[in-house]
Order: sequence, then C-alpha cells, then structure tokens
Amino acid sequence: MSKINFFINNEPVTAEDPAGTTTLLEWIREKTSLKGTKEGCNEGDCGACTVIIESLEDNQLVHSAVNSCILFLHQLHNKSVRTIEGVSGPEGQLHPVQEAMIKFNGNQCGFCTPGIVMSLVSAHTNDNGDLDTILAGNLCRCTGYDPIINAGKDSLQKPKPAWLRDVETKLPHQLSTNTDKPRYIPDSIEAFSDWYEKNPEATLVAGGTDVGLWVTKELKTLPSPCFISDIPELKKIKISGNTMTVGAATTLTKFDHVISKYYPSLSELINRFGSVQIRNAATVGGNIANGSPIGDLPPALIALSANLILRKKSSCRKIPLEEFFMDYGVQNRKSGEFVEGIEIPLQYEWLRCYKLSKRRDQDISAVCGCFLMELNCQTIENVRIAFGGMAAIPKRATKTEAFLCGKFLSQDTILEAMTLLEEDFKPISDMRASSDYRIQSAKNLLLKYFFERNRTYGFASIDHYLVS
Amino acid sequence: MSVYKAKPNIHHDSARLHVTGEAQYVDDLASTEGTLHLAFGLSKTASGKIKTINLGQVKQSEGVIKVILASDLPAANDVSPSPFWEPLLAVDMVEYVGQPIFIVVADTNLNARKAARKAKIEIEEHKPLLTIDEALAEETFFEEPLTYKNGDPDSAIKSSPRKVSGEIEIGGQEHFYLEGQVAIAIPQENGGMLIYSSTQHPSEIQHKVADALGVPMNFVRVEVRRMGGGFGGKESQANALACSCAIAARMTGKPCRFRYDRDDDFLITGKRHDFRIKYQVGFDPRGKINGIIIEQYVRCGWSLDLSFPVSDRAMLHSDNTYFLPASKITSYRLKTNTQSATAFRGFGGPQGMLGIERVIDHIAHDLKKDPLEVRKVNFYAPPHAVSHQKTHYGMEVEDCIINEIVDELAMTSDYHQRRREIREWNEKNHLLKRGIALSPVKFGISFTLTHLNQAGSLVHVYQDGSIHLNHGGTEMGQGLMIKIAQVAANTFGQSVDAVRISPADTEKVPNTSATAASSGTDINGMATKIACDKIVRRLIDFLGQRHQSKPEEVLFEHGEFKVKNETYSFREVIKDAYMNRVALSATGFYKTPKLHWDRKIGKGRPFFYFAYGAAVSEVIIDVLTGENRLLRADIIHDVGNSLNPAIDLGQIEGGFVQGYGWLTTEELYWDDKGFLRTHAPSTYKIPACRDRPVDMRVKLWEKGWNREETIFNSKAVGEPPLMLGISVFLAISDAIASMTGIYPALDAPATPECILKTLTQNYQVPFDFQSGRN
Repeated sequence: MSKINFFINNEPVTAEDPAGTTTLLEWIREKTSLKGTKEGCNEGDCGACTVIIESLEDNQLVHSAVNSCILFLHQLHNKSVRTIEGVSGPEGQLHPVQEAMIKFNGNQCGFCTPGIVMSLVSAHTNDNGDLDTILAGNLCRCTGYDPIINAGKDSLQKPKPAWLRDVETKLPHQLSTNTDKPRYIPDSIEAFSDWYEKNPEATLVAGGTDVGLWVTKELKTLPSPCFISDIPELKKIKISGNTMTVGAATTLTKFDHVISKYYPSLSELINRFGSVQIRNAATVGGNIANGSPIGDLPPALIALSANLILRKKSSCRKIPLEEFFMDYGVQNRKSGEFVEGIEIPLQYEWLRCYKLSKRRDQDISAVCGCFLMELNCQTIENVRIAFGGMAAIPKRATKTEAFLCGKFLSQDTILEAMTLLEEDFKPISDMRASSDYRIQSAKNLLLKYFFERNRTYGFASIDHYLVS
Repeated sequence: MSVYKAKPNIHHDSARLHVTGEAQYVDDLASTEGTLHLAFGLSKTASGKIKTINLGQVKQSEGVIKVILASDLPAANDVSPSPFWEPLLAVDMVEYVGQPIFIVVADTNLNARKAARKAKIEIEEHKPLLTIDEALAEETFFEEPLTYKNGDPDSAIKSSPRKVSGEIEIGGQEHFYLEGQVAIAIPQENGGMLIYSSTQHPSEIQHKVADALGVPMNFVRVEVRRMGGGFGGKESQANALACSCAIAARMTGKPCRFRYDRDDDFLITGKRHDFRIKYQVGFDPRGKINGIIIEQYVRCGWSLDLSFPVSDRAMLHSDNTYFLPASKITSYRLKTNTQSATAFRGFGGPQGMLGIERVIDHIAHDLKKDPLEVRKVNFYAPPHAVSHQKTHYGMEVEDCIINEIVDELAMTSDYHQRRREIREWNEKNHLLKRGIALSPVKFGISFTLTHLNQAGSLVHVYQDGSIHLNHGGTEMGQGLMIKIAQVAANTFGQSVDAVRISPADTEKVPNTSATAASSGTDINGMATKIACDKIVRRLIDFLGQRHQSKPEEVLFEHGEFKVKNETYSFREVIKDAYMNRVALSATGFYKTPKLHWDRKIGKGRPFFYFAYGAAVSEVIIDVLTGENRLLRADIIHDVGNSLNPAIDLGQIEGGFVQGYGWLTTEELYWDDKGFLRTHAPSTYKIPACRDRPVDMRVKLWEKGWNREETIFNSKAVGEPPLMLGISVFLAISDAIASMTGIYPALDAPATPECILKTLTQNYQVPFDFQSGRN
C-alpha cells in the first residue's frame, strides 16, 4: 500500500494509491466531497480542473497553478493543494477574484469558472499581471474572455485576503515536518540511479504532463512508476562561463526564468507551448526524453548546439542533443540510463524560434523552426537550423546548413537555400497541417529569419500589434 | 402596463455559486451507494456490416456488471429527435467511426471505459462516404433536393450587366461545451425512472427514455438544474446517455451514471454542419443584386437528426439583410459516414449567411467598391419605407433597422477612415497586411417547426409572499433563469431575490420545447408573465370584493395594491388572500402568434420577427506564414428593450468569439478512414484568452424596441451574435485581397494554412521575395 500524505486546503490528508496512477482530479472528485474542481478534458488542455499547489522551494512558499487531471497523487508529497473550496474565507467571505468575477459578469455557464478563479487567484497571489498568459490554459466557451480579463485586472488592485496570508506563515512549517515518503519516490540521485539501473522498465514521471495522458486517455497502467521531480540534483541549474547546465527535472517555468535573459526568443517560444499550468509541472528533461517529434524545446536547443547529459548509475556521458533522437520513438538511451540534464551554450546572439500553430497559445506546433547564424562581415560562419514537426524527430536542416555555411548572407542566398529545405525534409500531412504547408512555411520561416535579422521590409512580428 | 426598464447590474443568478464552485452540475450530484457507471463500445469503422461481436474480454474485465447489445434492449432502440430512426446501439451495420455498438455497465467509470475497449468486433468494411463529393457521387440524399424560388433568377442574371460566380467551403464546428455530456438514472418505485441530464430538452429525454423502457411518459421524470454549456450540442445529443442509463438502471435495479470522456464526446456526438455553397449572381453597376442562384450542399452525417430544419434555416438565411428580387436556393442534404451533424447556435443560419456575405464581398471586389457600399444598396427597406419588401420566402420584412445600425456603427467604429489608413499601411508594409470588414446580421426568431413555438410556466406564491418559479426553459449559462425571474419579479413588483429559481422539471411543466432557436426568454418569459398576471388578477379581484370596488378601481403598482385610499403591500395581500382561500398558484401557457410556414414550398411567415446587429473587425496577417490576429472589433447589436443588459452583452461578446472561432482556428479533420483526428482540445482549437480582440467595443442598440409584442418588447439574443463573427473572416479575406489581384475566395476555417494557400495560389502583385517558392 502506497500512502501519500499531503494537505488539501490547509488540512492534512492521507491518500492511498497502490498503483501510483491515481490522478489528483480523480481522487478529489471521487474520494472527497469537493466537487468544485471540474473535469473538462482530462488531458490538461482546458483548465477546468486547475488547482494551486503550494510547495517549498529553497524554503520559500511557491504557489503554482496546475492541471489536477494529469497530476498524480504521488507528485503531491510534501505539498499542499488549494482547490476552489479553499479560496474563500472561513466565514464565506469571497476572495477579491471571486468578487470581481461576479461584478464583471465573468461567468456564464460556470463550468470553467472554478478553474479560471484558481488561475486568477494564483496571479493575484503571485502579483502577476500578465493575465493573457495566466489564462492561456483556461478555455471558456461562453464569455469571449473580456469580462474575465476585466475581473482579473480589477482583483489585482485588491490586497491579498487575510486568510490566505495566514497560510503563508503556517504552511511552510507544516510542509517541512512531513518526512514520510511513499515508495516510488527516490530520495537522491544516487538512490534513483541505482534503482533505475535495476528497474529499467520503470516509467519515469517528472511533470507527468505527457505520461498523465497515457493513464487518462490510453488507460494504461504504468509498470513501476517512479516519481523523480523532487530529486534535488535533478533540479539544479548551474552557470559556469558560457555554459548553463540545467537539471532534467527543472520545470519549464523555472527554465524560462533563467534562460529568458540570454535567449528572449526562446523565452517567447516557451511561453507559447502548453500553458502556465503545464509549464509549472512539465520539465525540460521530459520535453526531451519523451522523444516527441513536436516537442518545442529540442529544435531550439539543437540550434543552440546543446549537449545532453545521460546518466547510468554513477557514470555520465554527453552527446549533442540531435544525436539523442534516432527515429520516431527511438532514442539514443541505453537501458537503465536517464536524462540527467542539458548543457546550453550561452554566447549566441541571433537565435530565433518561430512556432506555427492554428492557435497562438497552448497549441502544438505544426512547424517549429529555430535558427541560429553567426556572421563575420555578412559571411555566414556558423549556421544551425532545426525544425520540429517536419520529420519523425526534431531534426537539423543539414543540407541547407551546408549550403549556407561560408556564403555571403543576402536575400538571393536565402532564396536558394529555401529550395534545399525540400531535400532536408519530407514532412507528413496530418490534422495540424499538410505536408505542403509545412514545407512552404518552413522555407518562409528561413526567409523570415533573414528579414528579421536584416530588418528588411520594416520587419515586425505580428504579435507586436497585439499590444494594446 | 408599465414599461419595463432593465435594472443595471443584475448578475447571473448562479454567479456566487459559480465562483465558489458550489454550483452543482449533473456529475457533481452525490452518488448513492452502489451506483454503476457506463461506457459505450464504439465502432472503429466508418462503414460496414457487423459480422461477429466477441465480448468475452469485456465481460471478464475488472468491475464489469453487465454488457448490453442492441438485441438486449427492452424496448425501442431509437434516440432520434426526428421521426426518422436513429439507433442507440448499432444493428447489423456501423455507419461512422465512434458509433456506439454496446454499453458496458461497471462499478467505476474507469473500469467501464477500460472494458469498453476490449471488444473484438469483426466488421466487413465498406468504402465509407466521407466528403460532400463522395456523397454526391452516390446521391445519398436524405430527401429530394429542396428548392425555394422567387421571380426568374435565370433571366435576371442573364440580363445583368455584370455577374460573378464562385463557391465556398465552410467547415463544421464542435460545440466544446466545457461540461461534457452526462446523465444519471435512478430507479423509482413502481417502474418510475428519475433522470438527471445535462440537456437542453428535458421533454425529449422524457419521451425517448419512456420509449426505451416501453413505458408511458408519465413514468419518467427529468430534472435539469443547469448545463455547463450547450450551444445546441445538448438539444438531441443527450438522448443516448439518458436512455442508456435508464435501460441499465432498469436491468440492474441500481442508479446508473454515464459521462462521456472528452475524446468520446468528440467522436460520438454531432457537430455543426459543414457546407459547400455555390453561387451565381447578376448585379448592376452599383452592386445591386438582380438575381441569384445558390446551391447549398449540406453534409448531414450518418443519421438525419435535425438536419432538415438546420438545412431549411440555412436556406432561409441566404438573404441575410439583403433583398433578393429573384432567387433560387437549392439545398442538398447528404448522408455521409461521419458523426451526425446536429444543432449548433445559429442552426444553419450562419452557413446561409456566410454564403450571401461571400457573394456581396465578391461583387464588391468585382466592382472595385468598398463592400460596405454594396451591402447598403442591397439592404431591405427600413420600417418607415413606403412599402416593405418581401424575403425570398415571401415574408414581409417590417422591422429592418439594419440601415440605421450600420450607419451608426460605421461612424462609431471610424470604419471609412480606418479603411483608408489600412490601405495606406498595406502599401508600405510587405510582410504583414491588415484587413477590415463590416458585416450585418438579420436573424429570424422562432422555431421553423411551428408547433414548437409554445411554452409553459408554473408560478406559486407561498403564504409568506415568497415566489417559486418553474418553466420549461433550461439554463446553459445564457442567463435564462435570471431573466425569467426578473419577469416574475417585475410582474409582482418584487425584488428579484424574492423569486426562487428551480430546476426544469418535466413533472412541473410538461411538453416543453427544447431551449433552442434563441426562444428561451421569448416564450418562457411570456408564459411566466401570463401565469403571474393570473395571480395578480385574482388578488385584484379579491381586494375589489373585499372593498366593494370594481376590479379596475384596484391599482397594482410597484408591488403595492391601492384601493379606496388604502395601500397594501404584496405580502399583506398574499397572506390575506391565503386566509380567504384564494388560489396562489397558476400556470401560464404561451404560443407565438402570426406564424405560418410551409417548408416544402418555402412560403409563409416562419419567423415572428428578426434580430439585427453588425460588427466591424480588423485583422492582421503574416503573409509568410498565414498567422493572423484579431486587432479590434466594434459591435452594435439589437436586443430590443433589453431585459438584462449585462446578460445580453455577455451573449453578444461570447457569441461573436464563438463565431469567429468557427471561421478561423476551429478545424475538424477526418482522416481517410473517417476517424476524426481532432477529437480533443489538444488538436481542436477553440479561441483562447489571447485570441479575443485586443480592442473590443460592444454596445447594445440603444433605440432597441421590438415592434412585435414580445416579453417587454425585448428580442432574442442567444444565436444572432454568433454571426457577427463573419466580419472577422471577411476582414482576413480583405487583408489577403490587398496582395492578390483576383478575388481571394477564402474557405473556412481560415487557418494559417488556409490563408497561406489562398495567398500563394493567387499572387499576382510583383513581390520578389516569393520567387523561391514552387
């Protein structure tokens, strides 16, 4: 019997989850009387199940909105969950977000409302005014969002309610006293790597935003799941000289914080994949290790010539990231070996990441093109171009790169290089885009990179015009 | 009657419950011990004959109590909302990927879902008909093509100085109500069945469940407190779950609960109909239409469901706000091996309207005119005109205020100035292009199936003066309950808090129509007013008798009765009336007047009145990638004398966003086997928060007043605003047209791919950077 001790709306609870596949949402809705948290899609895309996780990071209480539908109970060890029922005051006083949602008519059918309130409460708690980003992972089909945004803005003018400030002082103490670890959760990297070497068939769960769907959609049972997101060594971020080493279990939210000042374009890309809820759970290592051809980090990191650090027991090896992806569903990873981290060079200036999808936010790329060129007086000295969505794996445009390297950068050079992309890639047609669109837009993205770099035609991003 | 004036800031009645998570939806109702859970086993084949069904592994799967096939059903195997058969469970044949073949009854939801996937079903596969072209080739019409004709369009086109022709493909749309389909059945004593369903149509659930159990309708009670969104998707699509629960509950004697997983919901249930619309039009140099021929090809899916009235409504909205002096509209209703397309906010109206808006846009492009000019020369004559014009189906348009609305909107949105600026901007900008468009809406209000235009209401006043309200309408977020409560409160002169809203319940108000066709407030509001007026009348009579006065000497105003210089509060009179044995409960019944309609020949007055509105949208597109953003939207919409401006504005904004979602990001994609690949929000993209216009200015039409006697002269608001979203599509087309010489003929949805394709196909302007393309 695997027991997990955590807190829910300040109260300690114990949940039993022998198989390690119970999601928080399933547990809340079936084992408690808390029915305010809704199931909308059960795959982390609609946000109706949003809850706030309160946890300690470097002894600081951190509040993160997450999707409870694809969060396993085992990920809650030493954490506290706040649901919609835990937002109002002890005498039923409404949270400023709730008051504003009523005042501005932010509710219609009401089904998405608890999730939206939770996202806005997290924004309120964290003093985050970027509401379009905060709410990118909360779908509403009724209101058209404007009243919700108005409610969010209004609430940000109001102070944090006393009953939640109370939590800030009490909860850290409560959380740090809980030491009773359930099985499946290794204590240290050594313990984990030894165990994994002996149990190479295990399913490693870090953020669970991908594995969660194996359970909720494919209805799989996970053979010996292992929850690795709190192994301290896997969360380390280290900068030495021109290299940043990022632990595999670093969340995308955290990664964004540290990488944005070096690569703002990568930061923009990160902010367009998944949602706040997803990025608060999903990890850098997970986005790479799952080997998806449409993960958005790999093309960017490949363009940056990042190295992947793989570990088995105590021995590590380092490979260029692109060599990790061998074929669809096949990675250069030995039995018992796991992704420990990634090394990212920090010295480049002209990385640009372009993501094409039907919807701007929280969509999976039809094409994700990442470009890096180093020039010496307009001569291309180093060029790295990598695409997601163009092949069975994230892949470099090797022929195009070879053609460009050493050439004088001009529009004619780029136009010629564009045709070579057809030799580098034979993309498929699927529900996200046709093969024709993928190849055409990939070529155009190369051109776009050139235009952006040269400020040709008064280049400006379309999103520039979204600023009100 | 005192004129109703809306009070500001009356919020949705459930607002507090919504924001605290206390509002209960069907799946939030506490399970009683022993409740069983259901799942469907679905067809993986789009078309074929069932050869064998092996359910061995299903039955052995953990927690399974029972498995039900078509042959096990106790009575009717039919969930159709129309007189045509639609099996709950497949019999012999499967007709789409996602069709339910069997029901699993298990101890938990997860166990039921797991078991449902373990069936071994052998099917002799037939070639499926998936597209309009494939269905046309096989002529799989649900009925003979229907034609509505007025005048002589052929010769009108022939004799016109100018003509254009073209076609547009219009994709469907998934409802994506946030709360998926769900039902619970609880067996009652003596063969009764209590159903909780997330449905827009409790009476139909009652009807279909009774048939499924083989009992009269009075054995079945259906209760609906609220839905987490409906949009038409719960008008007929909830039948299958309620019937399955009732059948399983009857067989096991246990309460049964069924909710679709989101992916199953996408795969099983119907969506908005996709259309192909072809047109030929002849017009004069000003762009005035002389004659038009329109063909509408409707992909109805595997079963009929509501496709006839949907297709009819598309024909009826082929004019939108434009007078068509000679026209022929032909509608082809095609059967395909896909989900059965169903009701969706607008119910065919949006597709019909987009067709004619495309035509107007095309005419304007041909004449190199501002499309707004062409729109205006074709508008129906205003209410004060010497003579009213008739629609192509012969209904006189008496209330056309679109001229006024559009003039005001053009002014307040600065349309002309912005259009000029955008053209100048586009001259200078090569990588991004902007576009602007104004589109009007005229939407016919009433069910076209005339008998559905009826409603009932039940009002009790208790002896303490508190009011209990029940009516046939259902709440799906649109604020119906609060609006009707306002009607009752207003009629009794009480505050709205004095009115207790109760769930729709077939035991309280019988034989209700679906809450659909934007009719909810119109018909239930009137029925409620009638019920309240009956009680008020009795109170007046009572007071009159008591004071030996004539009833007309008793004055009732603002909740107070005045008679012979005495004033009594509502509460006082109620208490007194109770003591004197006056009936304080009444039913109200309303039927919409003036309607007559023959759908076969397409003549009559199918609508009580029209609702109007207009929108101006401005977009920007990236010509390298087809990405696009909506920058600004200005809307003026007519809701008559608004019952609740906050609620009405919510409908308008939300409808607009849903409408342009349909035409931009929301793409349904079936693979060549007929499997819907976009079956979850990960792949099917409704507008997200940042997709709303950066600058959105929405106003109610201040002069709004329904000239027909509707509830306080308000107008229906549920569906009409959705079609304001057409302006976004036309604005994208305008942006593309700035680069192309010929008319861009954009299809919907205008995804980045669709936009880039339209651009690259039509490039004619010199612009060298594209020379690298194929």
